[in-house]
Amino acid sequence: MDKKLYTVIIYSENLAGVLNQVTAEFTRRQLNIETLNVSSSSIDNVHRYTVSLWCDEEIINKVVKRLEKKIDILRASYYTEDEIFVQEVALYKISTPKLLANKHISKIIRHNNARVIEINSTYTVVEQTGKTETITKLYKEFAAEQCVLQFVKSGHIAVTRDVVEHLSEQLYVFDEDAKRVK
Amino acid sequence: MKEIITGAEALMRSLMNEGVDTIFGYPGGSIMPVFDAMFDHREDFRQVVVRHEQGAAHAAQGYARSSGKVGVCIVTSGPGATNTLTGISDAILDSTPIVVIAGQVSSAVLGTDAFQEIDLVGVTQPISKWSYQIRRAEDIAWAVARAFYIAKTGRPGPVVLDFTKNAQVAEVAYEPAYFESIRSYVPYPKPNMDAVRSAAELINRAKRPLALVGQGVELGEAHEELKAFLEKGNIPAARTLLGLSALPSDYPLTVGMLGMHGNLSCNVNTNQCDVLIAIGMRFSDRVTGNLATYAKQAKIIHLDIDRSEIDKCVKVDIPVIGDCKETLPLLTELLDEASHKEWIDSFAEYDRIEYEKVIDKALNPKSGPLKMGEVARRISEATDNSAILVTDVGQNQMMSCRYFKFTKPHSVLTSGGLGTMGYGLPAAIGAAIAVPERTVFAFMGDGGLQMNIQEFGTIMEQKVPVKIILLNNNYLGNVRQWQELFFNHRYSCTPMLNPDYNMIAAAYGIPSRLVTERSMLDDAINEMLETDGAFLLHVAVEEEDNVMPMTPPGASVDYMIFE
Ligand SMILES: Cc1ncc(C[n+]2csc(CCOP(=O)(O)OP(=O)(O)O)c2C)c(N)n1
Ligand SMILES: [Mg+2]
Repeated sequence: MDKKLYTVIIYSENLAGVLNQVTAEFTRRQLNIETLNVSSSSIDNVHRYTVSLWCDEEIINKVVKRLEKKIDILRASYYTEDEIFVQEVALYKISTPKLLANKHISKIIRHNNARVIEINSTYTVVEQTGKTETITKLYKEFAAEQCVLQFVKSGHIAVTRDVVEHLSEQLYVFDEDAKRVK
Repeated sequence: MKEIITGAEALMRSLMNEGVDTIFGYPGGSIMPVFDAMFDHREDFRQVVVRHEQGAAHAAQGYARSSGKVGVCIVTSGPGATNTLTGISDAILDSTPIVVIAGQVSSAVLGTDAFQEIDLVGVTQPISKWSYQIRRAEDIAWAVARAFYIAKTGRPGPVVLDFTKNAQVAEVAYEPAYFESIRSYVPYPKPNMDAVRSAAELINRAKRPLALVGQGVELGEAHEELKAFLEKGNIPAARTLLGLSALPSDYPLTVGMLGMHGNLSCNVNTNQCDVLIAIGMRFSDRVTGNLATYAKQAKIIHLDIDRSEIDKCVKVDIPVIGDCKETLPLLTELLDEASHKEWIDSFAEYDRIEYEKVIDKALNPKSGPLKMGEVARRISEATDNSAILVTDVGQNQMMSCRYFKFTKPHSVLTSGGLGTMGYGLPAAIGAAIAVPERTVFAFMGDGGLQMNIQEFGTIMEQKVPVKIILLNNNYLGNVRQWQELFFNHRYSCTPMLNPDYNMIAAAYGIPSRLVTERSMLDDAINEMLETDGAFLLHVAVEEEDNVMPMTPPGASVDYMIFE
């Protein structure tokens, strides 16, 4: 089947052990997580997970249903790239002596619209935000100048293109649905 | 003013608050404060000390499945907790509501490899419905109430509470907790009326509808709703192994058991029907055989309370998500009355073939060694088909499930999803304790009996009236059958050198009989039924008999072999 890059957005209660359960569900299906980001959400005590991975739709659909079944997970949904805005943040720690000695390096920073957030005599920290390709391109250019000391990127963070904010709405619906009794 | 009590005592109060009347357990270092508190509650709970914690978990399962109540087991940390893992896994696959409470080292030493410390929450998360560590006495009432709520609502399942020792001994101002809902958990999804309408239309147009009935009907107590549905539409109903007592065996619309060792008629007709209506069943591979050729001609409707079951194994045309006790009447309401006589009659011809080739030989042999099938049928009939059948795993399981008959709900307790040898004896103990008014039979193989034979001690001590039927073929019969059929008769590691089981029973004060001849059977059954309390009926059965018919592994559901 056709593999696509999917982004799974998961909201959970702020209880210990949810991350384990999230990753276990992917591992069990032998799915390789490309990027994973965990943070607080716009709602108090609700955590948000953003997972990106290559997968086919039939499988991701099953995995997401199993995730949503977990007691402490509020909602899990998956999106293709055209349904969300995705960004990544990257930090590049480069050598200041090389930056000073090689004019080309500062050109790279300017041409890529990257931001310098720290300079001292040994190293300089550059920040870039954008699509994965933008971030990789900058990395390759720095690497060609052999100035990179460290490189890190955040993993995908994403917001949906929906006009309605589904979680707050969903929380209300859940409250109603969750109260249904036998 | 709230009363100040210890955490251990708060656990007792919380369990009483949930209506718990029985605890299956085994003590040890990290749970001692709880067992100490139990000493003051000997009147409030029946306290069943098993002989191995695996037995406690299966007994809690048997208690739950026979009564519909939540089974409870309390064990110590480390090895006590790991010994329950098989039972927890069995319970998640067979949707059985149990709460396992395990001791844990004090929170101050968590993560230090303290004596008998294991990461129980980490280990049980993938095999439980919910798993939680209680580290503060203040959380006990909340966690216990949440545990029971989760275990018993929606699709039931096992819940694990990992209870640190400091929380057991700390003092707390106790106040009971109650759960009516959890916002992240929807146990009873609201039925979608569009789906119900589409399903009804499809059924109304069907010429050859077939219902597949699973344990969901038993769990949802939807027996009457199911009958009303089937009767209005005149829809034949096949049952899964776990759904066997969801309908009476002799009910006119019952058309047999599905699956690898099920009945020919319903397996063949799965690939002949035009609309398949799955009700509270999960299309296990033991039911479907090869998915590539499974019911391809049919439109499929799936009623299930668990959304994640939809499209999991079999692509469904119309999912009807919800509690079948709620969705079945909605569907029945929209059904046209129909007859489907020709279709229903088509099952009889296959039944005749199966009777001639298999069933007659299993039930009415004139000579030769005893057969498992005739033993099961005789025992079933001797109790007017009204007893509870608990089985172990293997040929004894398939034969007793094939030939036992059911007239009452909640009458079959067998390890379906996990196929756990050793399940039967302790599960039967749990059932006999939960529903003392019913006769409980445990059909065991010579292999599986030895997997939890230590529970004879529990039977002795608690005077549990379990009637144990040992179908002894001196083999790990089920595996031997596969070796005979698919591995060139190479009986690798399957012959059993057996002990004298009647002497073992005697050592535990359990009366017994050994039956080696057909002529001895009826008399021995009578003796078993007339004996108060436990009994071991040890039957020497044909050693190299096979369970038939059979869908060979990988074969299509409608292809069954007879020998
Ligand atoms: C715990 C466990 N171990 C191994 C198996 C594999 N297994 C399935 S059936 C069977 C043979 C059972 O032999 P016995 O209890 O004598 O029953 P029989 O088939 O002879 O009736 C085995 C080994 C299992 N299901 N469970
Ligand atoms: Mg055997």
